[in-house]
Amino acid sequence: MIRRNRLNATRRTVQQATRLAAGLALVGILGGCHWDMWDDARLKPYEKSDFFADGLSSRMVVPGTVPYLESRVDDHYYAGKIDGEFAKILPAQIELNGGLLKRGQDRFMVFCSPCHDAQGTGNGMVVQRGFPAPPSYHIDRLREVPIGYFYDVMTNGFGRMYSYATRIDPQDRWAIASYLRVLQLSQNATPDVLPADQLEAIKEHAHNPQEPAEDEGQTTNEH
Amino acid sequence: MIPLGLLLVAGVSSGIYLSPEGSQVDIARQQPVPFSHQRHVQGNGIDCRYCHSTVETSSFAGIPATETCMTCHSQVLTDQPMFDPVHESWRTGEPIAWTRVHDLPDFVYFNHSVHVAQGVGCSTCHGRVDEMKLTHKEHTLRMGWCLKCHTNPEKFIRPRDQVFNMEYEAPGRKEQHALGSRLIEEYNIKVGQLQNCSICHR
Repeated sequence: MIRRNRLNATRRTVQQATRLAAGLALVGILGGCHWDMWDDARLKPYEKSDFFADGLSSRMVVPGTVPYLESRVDDHYYAGKIDGEFAKILPAQIELNGGLLKRGQDRFMVFCSPCHDAQGTGNGMVVQRGFPAPPSYHIDRLREVPIGYFYDVMTNGFGRMYSYATRIDPQDRWAIASYLRVLQLSQNATPDVLPADQLEAIKEHAHNPQEPAEDEGQTTNEH
Repeated sequence: MIPLGLLLVAGVSSGIYLSPEGSQVDIARQQPVPFSHQRHVQGNGIDCRYCHSTVETSSFAGIPATETCMTCHSQVLTDQPMFDPVHESWRTGEPIAWTRVHDLPDFVYFNHSVHVAQGVGCSTCHGRVDEMKLTHKEHTLRMGWCLKCHTNPEKFIRPRDQVFNMEYEAPGRKEQHALGSRLIEEYNIKVGQLQNCSICHR
């Protein structure tokens, strides 16, 4: 009796182990097989599709058509021009404030500094790697151009510089153009343009250089 | 014999699942051009957003168009044979067929712009891409891994202005907890919702 009981117990253990192992194997196999819902009919951005002959899932704009809400008839805002001339003022949609300049600095550091460098002298890392140097922003010609000129260069490119129209939207192009004026001022300012309190702070710093100068509103290269 | 055989199958299949081959972690994928993030980011200081320019505004971070490559490489290193696919693509208009390194299942609706805006750094999920000569996946990107942050975001959140800083190092455990909790408050992250199924699955 005892022996048979032990035998039954062993058989039961074996059965349980088999079930457990089968379960584990099933989980393992199913876990490894996931072709069903992992790739469904929905296409991710840029995913290849055989629906169209060219294999692209995203379509190009049909020639002669205008995307919805993209008519872009406002020449000042979208082309940087008023009556065919480069605009000397910001378009009505752009409000000049600290936020705009901060945004411009941020975008400048991402998209422009690789060639133009953080100070805008035209000696960024890509130039150091062999790209022909762009002009410095601190030459008379570029100090005197209307702001719409910078917007136009970003939009259509200039010389060896490609257009950034697909990478930077119009709002940000105006922010960068505005920040370029900040950069230009930063390299060509005289003490009298500073408010009295900031002038005092700088004078004090000049006398006690070990104390950090107040850099309220100043630009940094960190971003 | 049968239980042993089944155990073997279970062991092997879960082994495959957990292995690098199963998760594709640490495996550099073959690409049409041997693109080095290390060279571009560490070597030249180019910001992530120069190429992945929709990461702040779209669910998809964006794979750069050939035009973006050509912005510099119309002038720099033009005579290297490894650029042939880029020049070919520029000439013909045929896109370069890059191999996706981070390929989530289609039933996951991941959104880059939300994560970036809430203080999840690039390197938190992608690792030190700036040090990768050939790009590989750093983490499994499986649900259990995602849930670590979706359960305790205070352990991972960093200040927004540090999101694109690849060299950012989180402070010690206690400090990170305090910082993360403060940022969750500040960024209005609704932690209770982060584990709802419909947050990621539609």
